[in-house]
Amino acid sequence: MAKQIVKALDGAKAVAEAMRQIEPDVVAAYPITPQTEIVQTFSQFVADGLVNTEFIPVESEHAAMSACIGASAAGARVMTATAANGLALMWETLYIAASLRLPIVMSVVNRALSAPLNIHCDHSDSMGARDAGWIQIFAENPQEAYDNTIQAIRIAEHPDILLPVMSMQDGFITGHGVERVEVLEDKAVKEFVGEYKALYSLLDIDQPKTFGAWAFYDYYFEFKRQQTEALSKVPQVVREIGKEYGELSGRYYDLFSAYELDDAEVAIVVLASTAGTARVVVRKLRQEGIKVGLLKPRLYRPFPGKELVEALKHVKVIGVMDRSIAFGSIEGCGPLFLDLCASFYTYGNGKGPQIVDYIFGLGGRDILPEQIEGMVKELLRIAETGKVPYRVGYLGLRE
Amino acid sequence: MAELKGWKELPLGAVVLEPGSSAEYITGTWRSRRPVRDEEKCTHCMICWVYCPDSAVIVKDGKVQGFDYDHCKGCGICAHECPVKVEAHAVTGKPGKVIQMVEEV
Repeated sequence: MAKQIVKALDGAKAVAEAMRQIEPDVVAAYPITPQTEIVQTFSQFVADGLVNTEFIPVESEHAAMSACIGASAAGARVMTATAANGLALMWETLYIAASLRLPIVMSVVNRALSAPLNIHCDHSDSMGARDAGWIQIFAENPQEAYDNTIQAIRIAEHPDILLPVMSMQDGFITGHGVERVEVLEDKAVKEFVGEYKALYSLLDIDQPKTFGAWAFYDYYFEFKRQQTEALSKVPQVVREIGKEYGELSGRYYDLFSAYELDDAEVAIVVLASTAGTARVVVRKLRQEGIKVGLLKPRLYRPFPGKELVEALKHVKVIGVMDRSIAFGSIEGCGPLFLDLCASFYTYGNGKGPQIVDYIFGLGGRDILPEQIEGMVKELLRIAETGKVPYRVGYLGLRE
Repeated sequence: MAELKGWKELPLGAVVLEPGSSAEYITGTWRSRRPVRDEEKCTHCMICWVYCPDSAVIVKDGKVQGFDYDHCKGCGICAHECPVKVEAHAVTGKPGKVIQMVEEV
């Protein structure tokens, strides 16, 4: 196993540290609120001459992703970072990056979308982009944010994939929360990510290529089918790279992580930092003899539905915790609930646990262990009585 | 156009691997009006050739030969920019310029 140094880093600085070690060819970003310390810290590395990266400060987030697309099409290894409304402003270009099969890695520090104005954590920003064709990976803490950033390069650039990756962490809770982070040596990271050789390059003057040409009703459909095919290969690649990274760092990664799930009667499914809070609750309730487990998805797009159904099919009731609302969806539920319900319908042979959704933490609202404990008690009542009082509930909301 | 390919045969990301392949795409069918040139009075000043956004003005040995109607979309920029005036155009019979637009039939 490689030598590592323990540093006190918040999630944003942990990602900036990973970016310094990866040393991408180009970083284009827009440095304003709601941007995070990732870009600020990384631009300091550029100014200090610690990296040879071409840093392009641009006039908007739309321009940031556009510059990333141009640089990536030219054959560069490209990274950027954004959050909240900045990500929303990239909307059009997100689809272009994915459709042109450009392996850009973008760190997203999840923050609520306006209005009302809010810069705190929820998942509405990246959930809005969940159909854009990007791979989406969520981190629970600064360590995972660091580790995922490094693995994201390999996932994106894998020859079977060639798709952009969004690597998420929770705004403020993780992004500004200083924790103990084990950092690999620069050389180990450089060796792990290797050198990027683009499949096609705009700068290949001997064999000129055209990127972004049009395809009408005659060809557009076929290119969309290609994208779906590439996404279908992502889970396998994520697993392989997670294992290889584990051999290097001692920290193994999979599509999701489970805690006390094997004999659980009720389960919590939650993304990102709240999984840490939920784990504390599960541990406490287990000591009281309550059979509750936790599943934390890591890969969210493509959604590993088959694997999640396999891991959860034995429980009686699942409480999904959604940190955003898929507005207008059934009962005003969240996206994680939708995906899980669809997965059970698709892979569950017509059977499956009751699934209840709990919207929580919007706009950075605290989620407390007592609230999760109350939710688990409710799940247990449903398991006992078979009666579901409501399909979508709210944790920490004032009536 | 060649036979349409299936999704497994196409280059990733709709990247076009052959330079200059746009010549194979016939855009002349979009045209509702076409440019016509009075060959006798044309001074071969090349203004139409400079302005044509589709490289559809055919030039040989410094002389305008005519239009590539497979790719001319009929935008009319050549007729608008043509600086040479005529009293009666050889094709349309109308006063105006050496290049004039006529309805496609």
